Amino acid sequence: MGRSALGLLERRLLFVTGKGGVGKTSVAASIGWLAATRGQRTLVCEVDAKGNLADFLGVGPLQFDPVEVRPNLFAMAMDTEASLREYLRLNLRVPLVARLGPVARTFDFVANAAPGVKEILTVGKLAYEVRERNYDLVVVDAPATGHVVGQLASPVAINDLVKVGLVRSQTDWMIELLTDADVTGVVVVTIPEEMPTTETLELIERLQAETDIDVASVVVNRVLPEIFSRPEAAVFEQLRSSAGIDVLRGELGPAVDEVVAGADLAVRLRRSRVAHLTRLREGLGGDVPLLYLPFLFHRAHGVRATSVLADAIGDELGY
Amino acid sequence: MATSGLEQLCSAKEVVVSTGSGGVGKTTVAASVAATAAAQLDAKVLVLTVDPAKRLASALGVQEFGNVETQVERAAFEQAGVDPAGELWVAMLDTKQSWDDLVRQHAPDAATRDAILANPLYQNITGRFVQSHDYVAMERLYEIHASGRYDLVVVDTPPTRNAVDFLDAPDRMADFFSSPLLRWLITPYRSRLVNLASKPFYTVADRILGTQFLEDIAEFFILFQTMYDGFVERARAVTTLLGGPQTTFLVVSTLEVAPAREAEFFLDLLAGRRYHVGALVLNRVLPEFLLDRSATAVARRLTHDAADLSEVFRSPLGVGDDEPLESVLGQVGQSYLDYQVVARREAEQRAELSSTPDLCLTVPALEGDIHSLGGLLDLGGRLWT
Ligand SMILES: Nc1ncnc2c1ncn2[C@@H]1O[C@H](COP(=O)(O)OP(=O)(O)OP(=O)(O)O)[C@@H](O)[C@H]1O
Ligand SMILES: Nc1ncnc2c1ncn2[C@@H]1O[C@H](COP(=O)(O)OP(=O)(O)O)[C@@H](O)[C@H]1O
Ligand SMILES: [Mg+2]
Ligand SMILES: [Mg+2]
Repeated sequence: MGRSALGLLERRLLFVTGKGGVGKTSVAASIGWLAATRGQRTLVCEVDAKGNLADFLGVGPLQFDPVEVRPNLFAMAMDTEASLREYLRLNLRVPLVARLGPVARTFDFVANAAPGVKEILTVGKLAYEVRERNYDLVVVDAPATGHVVGQLASPVAINDLVKVGLVRSQTDWMIELLTDADVTGVVVVTIPEEMPTTETLELIERLQAETDIDVASVVVNRVLPEIFSRPEAAVFEQLRSSAGIDVLRGELGPAVDEVVAGADLAVRLRRSRVAHLTRLREGLGGDVPLLYLPFLFHRAHGVRATSVLADAIGDELGY
Repeated sequence: MATSGLEQLCSAKEVVVSTGSGGVGKTTVAASVAATAAAQLDAKVLVLTVDPAKRLASALGVQEFGNVETQVERAAFEQAGVDPAGELWVAMLDTKQSWDDLVRQHAPDAATRDAILANPLYQNITGRFVQSHDYVAMERLYEIHASGRYDLVVVDTPPTRNAVDFLDAPDRMADFFSSPLLRWLITPYRSRLVNLASKPFYTVADRILGTQFLEDIAEFFILFQTMYDGFVERARAVTTLLGGPQTTFLVVSTLEVAPAREAEFFLDLLAGRRYHVGALVLNRVLPEFLLDRSATAVARRLTHDAADLSEVFRSPLGVGDDEPLESVLGQVGQSYLDYQVVARREAEQRAELSSTPDLCLTVPALEGDIHSLGGLLDLGGRLWT
């Protein structure tokens, strides 16, 4: 029996990941929003992202230095070079740190080429904030499925590759923090469609095989509403029969055709997603708690959607 | 003058590249276009896919990974009720194997080749640096096109964070191999020690990562460097092919905010580089009937007056007294209004796509996924004429 999702906000470091475009940033922002609203001092950090976390929080572009976007809610954007600089300042007290700027290109090169360097600087910074208890909760808008395992496994990878040096001396406490299920969890966001469902199941398998990091929850986002109960569905069938449509037209005019077609579309779209929901549920086999978030029929997506999704998560968590 | 579909494009070009941000339907569109071209034209068509959904892959008969080109059997077309005029071939991109092939091809001798393939950093690095998927995808395309085996090659592009990445991949690869740091790394370690102190970065790097690790990296790159000329030359050839008159791009997008923004950016970029954009394909678009104004009024009435209307309709509809008519009428109205909000947002998004190419094709949101040849042909048919 897996644990329930209810303790989600009691962890202190959550990595929110999922296939591209499923709603990672939306969900990370909403979890942060919810936690902050409940009085937890919360940091939301965007990693390797398209810079739209700011949009979901209704603020201007984010920097490495966190800003308080609303009471208790802080937001930052990861910058591995800045992270390195901060790390060196804290650990080496190297006077030449100031001169790292001009060699940014070179740094970028090494970071790209040497496996794990960028990742460790990212994970290291986040884990550091948790270790120092600078926040009650750190929520990470993490990279998409394809890259997140590499990121989460980076302390272990570095441990294997780098035998000496300062980085090496740092990985032990990070690994300890990341593998403590009371502290750290991965939140996998998905939508009820074929490829995201498949990727989610594969990701969870990989996380379990390649890391010791706990999957805190799978969040199924953009769930279309089930508009009719069974008896209602039967009545709807009567409505949309040609005899039924004729009756409706008599009172409402010909435009009722479009309205009924719209409802029919809603039913069919919902139905086409059901098999994926089932496959997901069966694939997870009760090991990982599931949360469901509704598709939002909103004009735009921004801070308003974030607060609505935060409420929806709150409902799911029983708050 | 624009034609009304992809028929002319597929008859005139040799390479069709399907691009767009992740999840919008690049793979599906690439496979549909290729299948339809094979059905309609007397041509040998190959689709080079990157990450097909499992069921799509098995429908096409490419369940096993590997760089093998497989023909989709005639029988599969016939099952879908089509008598194909040409042939459809499918290949899936296997990044790891493609890299190994590249090394085999460009390594100066067997010893270097084996040393690279055996290097523990090799796998790790090829999987990460310089968008290696993008590079090998373009490399494979070049290879296949140059072989002359196919009349038309339709390529799917990898799910990159940024649709431009793969375009720049060949150049970036060339840059990478001519980087000053790479040269520095591969100068013998001894001579490096001399001025190590004067180079703050390396001092720091040494202290952080440890000398041994830097050494490992250096050794790996020394080996890789031997392939420099081959890589750079190839990168140039790939860039030429992408910009050439035989190649056209399809930009695929949904009408959601983020993909549409990316599509717009990409269209501008392609135009700036004078690449040929064959069409903008708007995928998974909601039907236009959701925008009907008189229907809005009806839907509002249904939601507001559901109770009264259910009294009016109950007996003419033959709905029993105990059956939930009122809630159904209210829901019917509400779902129309809900989806209308989304459809309006899509319409607005479409209007904002200012730099639209001559040819803009729309594919509706189909029910369920497209994972049979029949489904592909159906979707392709909507794009064809
Ligand atoms: N529950 C929802 N209902 C409707 N739309 C949603 C919902 N959740 C997210 N979206 C929309 O889907 C789009 C993608 O969301 P988001 O940017 O959060 O995804 P992502 O996984 O972070 O994407 P990327 O991989 O590009 O970083 C956005 O336009 C967002 O507003
Ligand atoms: N017009 C459409 N209607 C319904 N589903 C679609 C449509 N186009 C694509 N899909 C589905 O969307 C998913 C993602 O499509 P895919 O082609 O793999 O996207 P990409 O290659 O851009 O990541 C697939 O499951 C596919 O079946
Ligand atoms: Mg995001
Ligand atoms: Mg794809």
